[in-house]
Amino acid sequence: MIDTENLTKKFGSVTAVDSVTLHVDEGEVFGFLGPNGAGKTTTVRMLACLVAKSSGSATVGDYEIASSADQPKIRKMIGLLTENVGLYEELSAYDNLDVYGRFYKLGEQKRKERIEYLLKMLGLWDKKDTAAGTFSKGMKQKLAIARALINDPEVLFLDEPTANLDPEASKTVRDFILELKKEKKTIFMNTHLLDEAERICDRVGILRTRLITIGSPEELRNSLSGRKVKVQLQQVNDAIVSSVKAMGYQVGEVTANSIVVNLKDPEKENPAILRSLQTAGGNVVFVTEVGSSLEDVYLKLVRGE
Amino acid sequence: MDMQNAWNVARKDFKIYTKKTSVIYATVAMPFIVGIAFPLILNYSLHKSAKGLTAAAAPGFMDSFSLWFLIGAAVIPTAIASYSLVGEKIQKSLEPMLATPMSDEDILLGKTLAALLIPVAALYTGSIFFMTLMDYFTHSALGYDYYPNWHIGAILLAAPFAALLSVEVNVIISSRMTDVRSAQQSGTLLMLPFIGLFLASELGFFVLNDTNLLILAGALAAISIGMFFVAKATFRREEILTRWK
Repeated sequence: MIDTENLTKKFGSVTAVDSVTLHVDEGEVFGFLGPNGAGKTTTVRMLACLVAKSSGSATVGDYEIASSADQPKIRKMIGLLTENVGLYEELSAYDNLDVYGRFYKLGEQKRKERIEYLLKMLGLWDKKDTAAGTFSKGMKQKLAIARALINDPEVLFLDEPTANLDPEASKTVRDFILELKKEKKTIFMNTHLLDEAERICDRVGILRTRLITIGSPEELRNSLSGRKVKVQLQQVNDAIVSSVKAMGYQVGEVTANSIVVNLKDPEKENPAILRSLQTAGGNVVFVTEVGSSLEDVYLKLVRGE
Repeated sequence: MDMQNAWNVARKDFKIYTKKTSVIYATVAMPFIVGIAFPLILNYSLHKSAKGLTAAAAPGFMDSFSLWFLIGAAVIPTAIASYSLVGEKIQKSLEPMLATPMSDEDILLGKTLAALLIPVAALYTGSIFFMTLMDYFTHSALGYDYYPNWHIGAILLAAPFAALLSVEVNVIISSRMTDVRSAQQSGTLLMLPFIGLFLASELGFFVLNDTNLLILAGALAAISIGMFFVAKATFRREEILTRWK
């Protein structure tokens, strides 16, 4: 649904986005992670035909973002939740959506139906006649999401959808995104929140001007640090640790009664390690696999460790 | 350009203005002051004041007063145009609108219409009050109705172009301003050439007769059409998102 090839954006001598190549499938939720200034918003703006690319190419649906004939078609098939909600604060929730329904040239009946459906879905129907300026941050964010969905878009771009929201409002927004995922909408989401990306996204890309890596959260965790096994013993001593190191394995965290071992293939390697531990006098209580978090991967990649 | 899109943008702005009564008051105040207060002043001077105006001098004063409709046309749209653009910039509501299928030209035309129609309607309404009251107060002294005449006709012909020019100047100013008041203050500078014109004609440097007013209307039309292209060049998606302060 979204394809980019060496997509690049320069502002004068500053390169904001450098040779990004990625593919997002129809119905996929793709998370774009990266620090501030990494180029996430600029990438979304290029894909939404808001700013022009400097080089490379990209398509949304079957349309080319650089083609002036295709640009209105792309804008018609997408929804965009911008980083700043940008609501018309003087207008009611209903009118905010009605205005956008008109911008997309939805007929009166269709507009009414969509507005009612979206406001009810997001729990704002009771507040439909209230001015958006009086809403809480969470309510404004929900209204902005409703606005991005007014045209029932095939592709939804969400720029930091839960930024600055309290935990309850974040959960409501996340749950709603998961509902959209069930509807097989293609969602391209910029986020800082790794936990959110891990819970919602099918795949994530980590961007720091260049796309550093891309894959499912699980793939990224595994590809970067391999797999880890935590062995709990009645007691850990130097002989036990040395026996593992002697086998050529890297030892991670060691406590009074546990030892973490980095492995490539725990299913094959675990039996030999356990034998070695027992031979060294260890009494094994428990063996569990521990994964690195997406946060570990992110920090390692972004910091260039 | 798609007129339906432009009208949808203008309609949205009108809806917002109905909630922003201060913007409406700022827009309609001057035409009504000129339209009602000036005839009352003339009436007082003509009929109530001991050292009053002679009937022969009244048409000259009426012509001078009516020039304020042209000056007003240059300054009144500033209130709406500044709010329309800088206000949206502050609310960060331009980006979502730019992500819709509407073209830059549709949005610019819509915003121009929204900033133009209310002031022009207010000016024309004010001018009706002005002409009616002036005729009412001066008929007995002059022995005929002074209005309507070609002089005010030429002013009212030039007024929408002066208003259009004001909106276009505001589009350009708004791209560099971050608050509504500064944009309004800068926009009102457009009034200066018109005030200069008014003073020059009052001081007798040249005569603003019907012919000269029609030439002025033509010049304003040409300048405002030319300025539309400058405003259009300023009002581009990428420019708005990346360069507007």
